[in-house]
Amino acid sequence: MEDELILDSAISQSGKKEKPFVQIRGLTKKFGAITAVDNINLDISQGELFCLLGGSGCGKSTLLRMLAGFEFPEAGTISIDGIDMSQVPAYERPTNMMFQSYALFPHMNVGENIAFGLQQDKIPKAEITDRVNDILKLVELEGYIKRRPQQLSGGQRQRVALARALVKKPKLLLLDEPLAALDKKLRKQTQFELANIQEQVGVTFIVVTHDQEEAMTLSSRMAVMDMGKFKQIGTPTEIYEFPESRFVADFIGSANIFEGKVISSKGGKLTVSTDVGEVFASNGRSITEGEKIWLGLRPEKIYLSKAKPKNIGPNQIKGIVEEIGYLGETSIYKIRLKNGQIIDVSAPNQSRPMSRVREITWEDMVYLNWEPESVMLLTS
Amino acid sequence: MYGKRSKFLTVMLTIGMAFFYIPIILLVIYSFNYSKLVLVWGGWSTRWYKVLFESEEVWAAVNMSLKIALVNATFATILGMLAALSMVRFGKFRGRTLFGGMLVAPLVMPEVITGLSLLVMFITLKQFFGWPENRGFATITIAHITFSMAYVAVTIQARLTGMGQSLEEAAADLGAKPFKVLTAITMPRLTPALISGWLLAFTLSLDDLVIASFVSGPGANTLPILIFSRIRLGLRPDINALATIIILVVAVCIAIAALIMFRQQKRDMLDQQLAEGEK
Repeated sequence: MEDELILDSAISQSGKKEKPFVQIRGLTKKFGAITAVDNINLDISQGELFCLLGGSGCGKSTLLRMLAGFEFPEAGTISIDGIDMSQVPAYERPTNMMFQSYALFPHMNVGENIAFGLQQDKIPKAEITDRVNDILKLVELEGYIKRRPQQLSGGQRQRVALARALVKKPKLLLLDEPLAALDKKLRKQTQFELANIQEQVGVTFIVVTHDQEEAMTLSSRMAVMDMGKFKQIGTPTEIYEFPESRFVADFIGSANIFEGKVISSKGGKLTVSTDVGEVFASNGRSITEGEKIWLGLRPEKIYLSKAKPKNIGPNQIKGIVEEIGYLGETSIYKIRLKNGQIIDVSAPNQSRPMSRVREITWEDMVYLNWEPESVMLLTS
Repeated sequence: MYGKRSKFLTVMLTIGMAFFYIPIILLVIYSFNYSKLVLVWGGWSTRWYKVLFESEEVWAAVNMSLKIALVNATFATILGMLAALSMVRFGKFRGRTLFGGMLVAPLVMPEVITGLSLLVMFITLKQFFGWPENRGFATITIAHITFSMAYVAVTIQARLTGMGQSLEEAAADLGAKPFKVLTAITMPRLTPALISGWLLAFTLSLDDLVIASFVSGPGANTLPILIFSRIRLGLRPDINALATIIILVVAVCIAIAALIMFRQQKRDMLDQQLAEGEK
């Protein structure tokens, strides 16, 4: 089923069925008894910015290292631009990697660092100089060519590392946690810069990250990984709005999860019986009646009100405010339902309370309602 | 708490330093003694330095020792580096544990046993191949390389492990073939360890008396062998002069090393200031 999904999206992206730019089939890597990457299939089209997202030890870095040629798989194939790369050593692959630690050569200055890769290809000196200058312009580091890496700030080192990886015009650029070493503010700014540069140069990027926000902002498509397998592959919107499993729903953003049983399923409209009563879901997917299912509900998709709402939708329950987390732009309310389950609801703080007293406060009885379209169906 | 130094510590420090340095200071003073008897003060003089400089035997030994030390240090560093590289960078290969054990064996093996076994080997070699005809420079150098290589390998191994592999991977990723990675990235990064390994091998060789005694032949004296054989005939003031010169050379070397380290620290500090000024 996973295979079909991947092929479908490859077709929709390129318009016709052709061999994808990066094709991974049945890739497996074991370290002793641990299977780091477990029989993975993946297609990536040219020019994509693809993110591999997962917690530590999920196998995302191992997968990246196999693409770079630092690790070799036990089984399966990797092909880039139609050529099988499985047994090609790192120094002969048309890929370049940007390391998490940047791995800048400390005994060379910025210019020498960037020129290193070009020198290996025996490119004439004049051309090397031009290309180094061009790439320095792209990352806005002109005038830093003679600095040594130790003389640069974290953000500048990150840009040198990017320039060094890009200057060889690789077919595929691999980025291992490219922003993890930057502080939060710089990271946000750099996210957009990175996406801009990718658009300008048009190189296919594969980014490994553990930061879901980073993956959402950067990628055109992403894969959520766990225990060496892909849990789901899709665009950021697909992954966030239509997760297929509890793992993905909970890993990306947060989700309130209810266990239930499908009691009716007609034309994509479901009625599910749960601990908190009947929940109506309209998701376009039809599921067999009587099947066990989990329903996911994002905290921001729930409307919260103190007074009983006038237009009552099909989904409405009551609860008591257990705790409030004030974050400035939004507030997180922890609401205890009648069955004892506590769910998260987030609401934007759209008006400024002049009296400095909250409209909804602790121990208030509140009404929660949500649209059937907002309910996510999780089959595992 | 830190402002007031404990009296006990000060006293212990003084005693410790005295224990280390009084013999050396005495040796230096007595090297300027006029008297022929080492321990009878006969007034200041540089007479024994003159005797020393005129002694061909001493200079031949110094020459021999330095030559052995230089060749030994260079080969031990190259072999030690290769051994360390294969231990740290080649992953799991057949016989790795055995190789690692054999590599550090000379560190724990008693010197007399190392010396004796090498002597037996050289004699056997001579019986079967007619080489080495005479034991001397070549045999001592080979013997020194075998044990000082172990020290170098351990020094470099520690540095390699601490360095991590990402720089080498980055170079390979940028298209550098394995040999180019070694010469352009690994070796420059290893320079401090290579230098200290070389110096260690150099001093070990200059120092060695036991192993050299086993594998040297008649007429081939290293400096330690010469000094030791002279001491057995009684203390002589010209040996004091020789020792003083050696101490002076060592002191100058240490001063230079300290100066280089100080400059490096200062450069690192300036780099950091420059980096912090950037945003």
